[in-house]
Amino acid sequence: MDFFSFFRKPPSKDVAKDRLKLVLIHDRANCSTKILEMMKNDIIQVIAKYMEIDKEELDIQISQTPSGDNNESVPTLYANIPIKNMRKVNS
Amino acid sequence: MGEVIVITSGKGGVGKTTNSANIGTGLALAGKKVVLIDADIGLRNLDVVMGLENRIVYDLVDVVEGNCRYKQALIKDKKYPNLCLLPAAQTKDKDAVSPEQMQKLCETLKEKFDYVVIDCPAGIEQGFKNAIAGADRAIVVTTPEVSAVRDADRIIGLLEANELNNPMLILNRLRLDMVKRGDMMTIDDVKEILAIDILGVVPDDEAIVISTNKGEPAITNLNSRAGQAFNNIVHRIMGEDIPIIDFDEENKFISKLKKMFRIGA
Repeated sequence: MDFFSFFRKPPSKDVAKDRLKLVLIHDRANCSTKILEMMKNDIIQVIAKYMEIDKEELDIQISQTPSGDNNESVPTLYANIPIKNMRKVNS
Repeated sequence: MGEVIVITSGKGGVGKTTNSANIGTGLALAGKKVVLIDADIGLRNLDVVMGLENRIVYDLVDVVEGNCRYKQALIKDKKYPNLCLLPAAQTKDKDAVSPEQMQKLCETLKEKFDYVVIDCPAGIEQGFKNAIAGADRAIVVTTPEVSAVRDADRIIGLLEANELNNPMLILNRLRLDMVKRGDMMTIDDVKEILAIDILGVVPDDEAIVISTNKGEPAITNLNSRAGQAFNNIVHRIMGEDIPIIDFDEENKFISKLKKMFRIGA
């Protein structure tokens, strides 16, 4: 990456590519909202063993994050899980 | 025993019919016996693109309903004796034919022809299911646009679900000037997104509009860039190993040349 690329807008084809990658993840995961909901419940079950979490405020979605050396966007699973309290776990 | 190739895309208007016409004509020019089937019942267009619209007597629906023998419905192209067209019905709808009937028809035609090329309608409903029913392999046409690539991905999934594995991609209407500016996805971009083998790249070319106006497929004019691109595609279909022209590299080469001259001047 050269110094000036910071000021330049990304070429529109890269925008197209990033948007496509994200939309195809949803398309390919046949009924993605249902799958996300199932995954959310599984995650709650696992985490609830160790900490008390705010199930109402829990947010899970597929989004994009810049990563790698060339700052390319990659799809990521984003989860925001507010912790209310830690549980005491007998190890 | 011939091969049945379906040409499909999901999205409308990306060039299925133009690609079908050119691939069919190109295979015939290469000496193969070819029949083109227009599976777009109700919205037929392959006949006009081929310039055969005035010679239709019977159509695909007549053949599957048994109103005529298939030979009576085939229109022989006068310019290319190896090439026939089976036109779609214009006044019926897609339900007039079933996938089983199409499969049977393909089996029959495969015995008489080297290639059966099916022009699939847009969409993923009945017409699509009919068109792919008898196919041995599939070609997916797309343009370097978000909507067309998205639909191509969906179609690739549906083809594989119907056991038409390893479909190949034609990237149509590529504009080199826009690729150069970074405003159009390249072959590599589309390949990366769809994870599919590329059969060919067809540049956006006025020659296509002109040839469609005349009802003569562009492949008959090898001086046009699109005609040349279709010719390469046809020879790849026949199993020849012809490298895909990487337009990016070509651009880099040209810009290097330009730079050299600027330095020289």
